[in-house]
Amino acid sequence: MELSKIFKNTFLVILACLLLSACATQKKVETGQMQGDVYTGTDTVKYLASGVADRVFFATNESVLTTASRDTLRKQGAWMRKNSDLTFVIEGHADERGTREYNLALGERRANAAKDYLMTYGVAGNRLSVISYGKERPIDSGSNPLAWSKNRRSVTVKAN
Amino acid sequence: MLFRYLFILIILLPIKAFALIEVDITRGNLSPLPIAVSSLSIDEESKESFNKILKNKDMGLEISIIVENNLKQTGLFNPLNKNAFLQNPDIAHLKPRFEDWALIKAQALVTGKVIFIDEKLRVEFRLWDVLAAREMMALTFTTVPSNWRRVGHIITDKVYERLTGEKGYFDTRIIYVAEEGKKINRIKKLAIMDQDGFNTKYLTLGNELVLTPRFNPTNQMVTYLSYFRNLPRVYLLDIETGVQEVVGDFPGMTFAPRFSPDGKIIIMSFAMDGNSDIYTMDLENRIVERITNHPSIDTSPSYSPNGKYICFNSDRSGYQQIYVMKSNGSNVKRISFGKGIYGTPVWSPRGDLIAFTKMHKGKFYIGVMRTDGSGERLLTQNFYQEAPSWSPNGRVLIFYRETKTDEKGEGFSAKLWSIDLTGYNERLVETETDASDPSWSSLLSN
Repeated sequence: MELSKIFKNTFLVILACLLLSACATQKKVETGQMQGDVYTGTDTVKYLASGVADRVFFATNESVLTTASRDTLRKQGAWMRKNSDLTFVIEGHADERGTREYNLALGERRANAAKDYLMTYGVAGNRLSVISYGKERPIDSGSNPLAWSKNRRSVTVKAN
Repeated sequence: MLFRYLFILIILLPIKAFALIEVDITRGNLSPLPIAVSSLSIDEESKESFNKILKNKDMGLEISIIVENNLKQTGLFNPLNKNAFLQNPDIAHLKPRFEDWALIKAQALVTGKVIFIDEKLRVEFRLWDVLAAREMMALTFTTVPSNWRRVGHIITDKVYERLTGEKGYFDTRIIYVAEEGKKINRIKKLAIMDQDGFNTKYLTLGNELVLTPRFNPTNQMVTYLSYFRNLPRVYLLDIETGVQEVVGDFPGMTFAPRFSPDGKIIIMSFAMDGNSDIYTMDLENRIVERITNHPSIDTSPSYSPNGKYICFNSDRSGYQQIYVMKSNGSNVKRISFGKGIYGTPVWSPRGDLIAFTKMHKGKFYIGVMRTDGSGERLLTQNFYQEAPSWSPNGRVLIFYRETKTDEKGEGFSAKLWSIDLTGYNERLVETETDASDPSWSSLLSN
């Protein structure tokens, strides 16, 4: 009787440990600031104006704009329309996990995805130029999935 | 019975005498050929003359060391320690005592003589088959003294060719991107060096980002990508004069340039509105032609050595794969079908293989496949490596490798490496700074 009680308790303790560790790993994903492998944090983000983030992030090998990216770009677009004397350069970037030449093309594709979206929100195309840096200008020098997610980005920079 | 034996002996003897040493370079060589490279003999007067103009204590010894190092790097030869040599360089060059060289297990012997004459460097050298006790080759040439390192490379090329049956790759240069500074803001310069890492020269100052330099067939011109004035464009640089010009007049980024095998055309990617396609520009009449027209990314084009085909990288199937087409853009065929994704295809100078970078499950591989995509062979695997470039004889690949940074983002480096087509003999190629994007020249002398 006594022995089975000990077993029962041990079992409960082990179960509790397992549950706790499961919680711990889950928490790590949240603080990792990624959804899928798209960066959702604000670590590297700068602001063109109050509430207008300067950059959007992409999934690996992708140039598709996420819901969050479209939201950011709509805010950029609204602010650009109000400040019609300003022009912009949209920089496209890739992470370090790809061949250099392909990444140059991928960065160009990402920058243009952002540019196209801004144009559909009424920003004149001649106010927006693009440049791809491929993987040449990472913002985070780490070699880990979080760093790479911060580096897959397009950044809108004031040109004048 | 006796007659029969005698008959066999008569047949065998001459065969043995003609059974010259040979080095098989088609397999990984696990027992490199023992070779003795004697110091080149030199008279005191010549020694002093060279010392005066080149600060070089013993030209004969220095040249022989270049030959030794080159041979050693191939992994096919085992240059023997000079301390074991019994014969002096001058006598050995006239008439080697083959027993002495056989005693130290040398199978081949290189001897030579170098003199300073009429302000020139005159060199003669001989290659001897020690076991057959005969001369295999003798050659003399004259050059300006400042070319002395090339003399060592040319001798190596001749020895390598005589012993392997294939052209060498020693009198060649590597153009690459020299890198310094933090990973998030690397300073990059074009640099050129001899194949063995000597005579490094920097061709740009590092004021703007430069990438992917490639030689033309005569090694006088280089095409590369420069971010001059923040406009990424393909440039053409004359190495001798330093004159640079933009290639073509494109309203957007041009990149991934290479020369055609005849040197008359530059093939490259042009990116416009998020789409990269392959274009050519004729350097004589400046005519631009569009080669691919597809909404996917088409890049990293490379001609076959006969100029009839182009291999390139495209993600038209969804991910990066390797394709081959005719040089006018017709008959596009995907050739890479293995697991993972493929980039940076580059056609072998022999025409039979395409080298590539493969990415699979977080690893990067350098590999080769036949031009129809069959016979894929992965030569080396690492955290990050890419951009193979062929030695002019198609036996060695040079590429660059980057290290993983630690948790703080420190510890980044980029270095050049080489590996034999056999998958053996992987070696770090020493450079003064960090380095990437190597491109191998053709043989400077032929």
